[in-house]
Amino acid sequence: MSTSIIEVEGLEHQYGDFKAVNGISFTVGKGEIFSFLGPNGAGKSTAINILITLLKLQKGEACIAGYDVRTEAEKVRESIGIVFQEVTLDRDMTVWEILEFHGRLYGMTRPDRKERIAEILELVKLGGQKDMLVKKLSGGMKRRLEIGRGLMTRPIVLFLDEPTIGLDPQTRMRMWDYIRTVNDEGTTIFLTTHYMDEADNLSDRINIIDHGKIIASGKPWELKNELGQDLVYLETSDNPRARSIITDLVSISGVSDKGKGILITTNDDGTKILPLIIEEIRNSGISVITVNLKKPSMDDVFVHFTGRELRDDKPGKSPATFRRR
Amino acid sequence: MVNYGFMTIYWRDMIRFVRFKTLLISSLIQPALWMAFFGIAMSASFDRLGASIPPIPGVPEVQYLTFMAAGVIAMTTLFTSLFGGIVLLFDKNWGLMREIMASPLPRDHIIFGIALSGMTKSFIQVMIVMIFGLLIGVSFFAGYTIAHTVVALLGIMLFVGMFSIGFLFFSAAISISMDTPEGLQGIITLLSMPIFFASNALYPVSAFPPVLQAISTVNPLSQLVNGVRYFAIGDNFTTMGIHYVYTPADILLSFTVLGIFAISMFGVAWWRFKSAVVT
Repeated sequence: MSTSIIEVEGLEHQYGDFKAVNGISFTVGKGEIFSFLGPNGAGKSTAINILITLLKLQKGEACIAGYDVRTEAEKVRESIGIVFQEVTLDRDMTVWEILEFHGRLYGMTRPDRKERIAEILELVKLGGQKDMLVKKLSGGMKRRLEIGRGLMTRPIVLFLDEPTIGLDPQTRMRMWDYIRTVNDEGTTIFLTTHYMDEADNLSDRINIIDHGKIIASGKPWELKNELGQDLVYLETSDNPRARSIITDLVSISGVSDKGKGILITTNDDGTKILPLIIEEIRNSGISVITVNLKKPSMDDVFVHFTGRELRDDKPGKSPATFRRR
Repeated sequence: MVNYGFMTIYWRDMIRFVRFKTLLISSLIQPALWMAFFGIAMSASFDRLGASIPPIPGVPEVQYLTFMAAGVIAMTTLFTSLFGGIVLLFDKNWGLMREIMASPLPRDHIIFGIALSGMTKSFIQVMIVMIFGLLIGVSFFAGYTIAHTVVALLGIMLFVGMFSIGFLFFSAAISISMDTPEGLQGIITLLSMPIFFASNALYPVSAFPPVLQAISTVNPLSQLVNGVRYFAIGDNFTTMGIHYVYTPADILLSFTVLGIFAISMFGVAWWRFKSAVVT
């Protein structure tokens, strides 16, 4: 990392007695896609709201593009683009009016606005919808418009708070491509998400955040490697006894209970270890019911670090149960 | 460099004003309907009462319809201004306020922008009420020269502008503080009643009990009505047998009261916006 765009040190935020952000520190390098991955209510949105100056910084230090979030809020605002978690479009304005309004809010000159709006419409492929009211756009188009709007002022950092929430799988894929394109053009991206696959696919660096703290941080493959090379899932007739047998075997880095079976992490090629494991268990008179071997996924990483799963938060489900924190 | 950021807020609010056709048309027709129904009905009975009182020689007598037209102008301005800030509440609930709050636009510009667009709406409505009024027999600007009429119009607009800005600041302040449109509506309804009826908009206050009379004297709505009557009707007239005399000092005082009201309401709005957290 040659230059850091965001520097955060000891950030804390409290709502009454509840500590939503509990001491987080990190730096984001220029051109990175940096993500916060965590369940709803983990403190992601609170952290992002502090960085974009919507919430007052209570404790800690934060610097964006060289400006202090606490004392130079206006400079920070000029340097960043934001795509909020919820749709923040006036349904009764046209696509062009939305962008024009944004350009004016940020004090862009008329020729600047004209040029940029044309570019943005081209980029997010909404040229044909220029004079259409927002309420007539599809969900994907609205999201594209919001991302385009966030980019209008050529921000140094683009903040994306749950950018693909409520979008269908196909639109999500296209949105990811789109975010990559924006990043390739040099914009640093700060992303929050509670979708494993999104964090895995997009990020240069993932930070798993839970209970207001960063509990793991690294490149996606680094995080997965922490779990060993392969994961073996077993269901046997006597899980506790099988567990104690496996723990003593070579090339096993961890054993834990999972659902009706046990989860084994290996630090060697699982295809070679699995037959050994089964043999050992059978020799002890325990029968094996189910076997599964796989490479660790981001879900496994998450479970490993937080001790729980994010089952209810699969993409495409209605975001009705979603609450902002 | 002068910052014209408030013009952004103004521009967008005006887009909404002309976009919602039903709202636009109803907001323009409603004051005219007041004039047509309430005005004509009441003037029929009030003028009959007034006819029994001998006129004061040399003082022009003014029909009730003309007298209350000033009140309808004031009422229209009051209601439009009280509700003028509601768009901020919608924006807060539908998310747009986050975009605005996170932008470099200074917060006082939000207040000024909304006040300016609300004022523009009031100007348009007041023009319509006056034109409609003149058509159904309101004798505003009677015997005025063209130059005098222009001055009178400017005077009326000055009063309408100052009055509406005060109530728009107030409306913006409560809109940014409230969570639901219902709550805002409740407060506005609660307030508009006493402001409207404890004033000289529809009837002379001389028959009021002393407390009510005191309220109506300081009531900003009464100040506006004073100004409108002074410029549109004149400084010396009778209506329903009551003699009205306005001196320039009276009118200056009324305008000053409106100015003080606007400044203090801006203070309230500024305070509410400074402490507003929208996430």
